[in-house]
Amino acid sequence: MQQIINFILRYKITLLYLLLLTISLAFTVQSHSYHRSRYFNSANWLSGSIYNTMDDVSNYFSLGEINRELLEENRRLRSLLYNTEVKDSIELDTAALNYSLLSARIIKNSYSNQDNYITINKGENQGVEQDMGVITALGILGIVEKTSNNYAAVQSILNTKSNINAKIKGTDNFGSLKWNTKRFDEVQLEDIPRLVKLLVGDTIVTGARSSIFPENVPIGTIKKFDLNTSQSFYNIDVQLFNDMTNLKNVYIINNPNRAEILELENDLDNDR
Amino acid sequence: MTGSRYFINILRFTLLVLVQVLVFNRLNFFGFINPMIYILFLYWYPIKENRAVFIGIGFLLGFVIDIFSDTLALHAAATVSIAYLRPTIMRFVFGINYEFQSFKLSNTTRAQQITFLALLIVAHHMIFFTLEIFSLPNLLVILKKVIFTGIGTLILCLLFSSLFSVQKE
Repeated sequence: MQQIINFILRYKITLLYLLLLTISLAFTVQSHSYHRSRYFNSANWLSGSIYNTMDDVSNYFSLGEINRELLEENRRLRSLLYNTEVKDSIELDTAALNYSLLSARIIKNSYSNQDNYITINKGENQGVEQDMGVITALGILGIVEKTSNNYAAVQSILNTKSNINAKIKGTDNFGSLKWNTKRFDEVQLEDIPRLVKLLVGDTIVTGARSSIFPENVPIGTIKKFDLNTSQSFYNIDVQLFNDMTNLKNVYIINNPNRAEILELENDLDNDR
Repeated sequence: MTGSRYFINILRFTLLVLVQVLVFNRLNFFGFINPMIYILFLYWYPIKENRAVFIGIGFLLGFVIDIFSDTLALHAAATVSIAYLRPTIMRFVFGINYEFQSFKLSNTTRAQQITFLALLIVAHHMIFFTLEIFSLPNLLVILKKVIFTGIGTLILCLLFSSLFSVQKE
């Protein structure tokens, strides 16, 4: 007994170090799985409000550019609006709407790590929940992973854990969108069969299989493609429409039918 | 005297964390270089202090940075390791001198200070990027990141340490 106590006293520094190292390694391993820690992310109130204050200040320096972008988006949407045939009376029924949108602002962006997370200034109080899709005017951005009262952490498409259903525009050939961590302006589309005819410059959009994003949200264009090692599927490099280094205003997409879709799919899995 | 020492360390801790997360984490020089200047805290921290407290503070510093940058416990693991290794590194750099009661960082030569800082940075970055990337096939990526980020961190730390020099004589 005396010897054990002596041992502990003698190596107390090393033991303390090993304890703290184990704690941090445990967190690291845990964060590699899908469900991350509830409180220890940048969406908590302290880091959230510090980033928010900082963003309020730095926002003043880019107001002109943001205005120009919004004006451009309005112009595009208005030209769509005026070119559709409008019937005499439109029945508006909010229950029939498939998707609802919230706007938010990015207060912390990141793109140089392996697993990038973006913090936005809307949270549970504004109706943001886990697994909502996040897009910009140009294309998709990621999926909400954690929320706090007023902030949310978004798993960017520049994240090794990201996996989004995507297809080639105008066809129904879908694959999964991943990131190989090499470049922050490119993502990879996998599992497109070799029968499909591809051209460099083809547009990639989100697929219909996802219950998070609506169909046909733009992602990017094909930059380069080749066959994988088994020669049966393509590996496609997709050039993103979004400049991931320069983002400000985003939209959060809520699909009220998602719970129903998930329930149905779970039933199918259980029956098997 | 002790009161002001606590105060200066708390101030240093807060300022370094804020500067790190608000400025240097979004620098992305050449697309990937984010210098980690908060290592300076471990460089400046008094030498004749309780080691257990020092390791605890190292862990806390890394953990706060982790929360801000969503890299849970990568910074904490790296920082707590260099906090633990610091006496070994100091013995290696300053030799037996460092054991003396009158030893002060400001009394050592410039070359010794730079070597000490560089060793801290290399050890920190090695652990950080190995844990972040965590795959052997990407060894070259790890080395590239360690070398370039390390150089960036070293240059900025040297600038900061000469700006906010501790020597008052």
